[in-house]
Amino acid sequence: MANPLHVELVAVEQKVWTGDATMLIARTTEGELGVLPGHAPLLGQLADPGRVRIQRDGAEDLAYTVNGGFLSVTDRGVTVLAESCEPAEAGADVH
Amino acid sequence: MAAQLRVLRRRVRSVRSTGKITKAQELIATSRIAKAQERVSAAQPYASAITGVLTALAGSANVDHPLLVPRAKVRRAGVLVVTSDRGMCGGYNANVIRTAEQLISRLREDGVQPVLYVIGRKGVGYYRFRNRDIAESWTGFSEQPTFDDAREAGQTLIDAFTAGADDTDTGAGPDGLPGIDELYVVYTHLRSMVSQVPTVTRVAPMEIEETSTPSTGIPPAYEFEPEADALLDALLPKYINTRIYAALLDSAAGESAARRAAMKAATDNANEIAKSLTREMNAARQAAITQEISEIVGGVDALAATGSEE
Repeated sequence: MANPLHVELVAVEQKVWTGDATMLIARTTEGELGVLPGHAPLLGQLADPGRVRIQRDGAEDLAYTVNGGFLSVTDRGVTVLAESCEPAEAGADVH
Repeated sequence: MAAQLRVLRRRVRSVRSTGKITKAQELIATSRIAKAQERVSAAQPYASAITGVLTALAGSANVDHPLLVPRAKVRRAGVLVVTSDRGMCGGYNANVIRTAEQLISRLREDGVQPVLYVIGRKGVGYYRFRNRDIAESWTGFSEQPTFDDAREAGQTLIDAFTAGADDTDTGAGPDGLPGIDELYVVYTHLRSMVSQVPTVTRVAPMEIEETSTPSTGIPPAYEFEPEADALLDALLPKYINTRIYAALLDSAAGESAARRAAMKAATDNANEIAKSLTREMNAARQAAITQEISEIVGGVDALAATGSEE
């Protein structure tokens, strides 16, 4: 993995998590989607409520339940904007 | 004499306890400013991220969105006034309300009918006492606003704004709801600890604040999911809510700063009064003692005078 994916997860009231990941999986209104490093620029509206999973190298996956979220992928990384956001069980799948 | 002494003592005690209360208020306000400022900076990443996303969208989407385009004829304008729930904050509320009044009279001169929306008990009380119509009000969170509070107010305002799109000169238009064509927010900006400035901003129709980073070459070709227009539809109301939330947070910080200053002044004043009353009390006590001594001395002299005559 040459360049890790820089992920920022920000809720309205605070920054929730920021760091490097290998892959981010989210579900937009159109469907599930995974973001790897070097992904083309993308703006998406997340399903409401939606789950965002962050896969990391050498660490456990992170999962968040996101309300009113948006996803923005640029050459600098991924930004997930959420109205509210809380940690969810990494293993469980609610979809 | 003793009665005067007692009265003074009671007043000193009362002033001292008032001073303790205002001192406590001052300390509470001081800690709340720090917390409020933390919240302002905690909300910063989201605000700048959503601005960035909107800027990216504005390049690609159809920018004829109703929230972006100024209406041809402005008939009614919403004015959201952000005040505090409690007093004891000096001129804080008076300043915001004065600024709001200036805006309202300016709107009236332009032939626009203002529609009042009020946040905070003090503002509600002000307008209710003057029998002014308040379209809607929200209270109970002025010191610690949450995003849910902002969203609640924002939703009402956006609905009113949307309802205003089809209004005609004669009435509310086909949808039967009288709406608004412009939306202003009057809030207090905390410029520094000692200076809070009442500020007016127009929230809708909005101008997206462009990020100041100079564009380097071609803007990235974004993919959109769903299409850009649908995204804009979903994003713009959230952006307005974010703006209102930012205004609430700024006002909360301003309120605490104003309260701190007012309570500091009150504490200083209480200390000063206590000091001068204590002086007066000591003087009264001293006068009483002096009088007693001179009475005794006078009595002794009188006795001595009668003794020597015999």
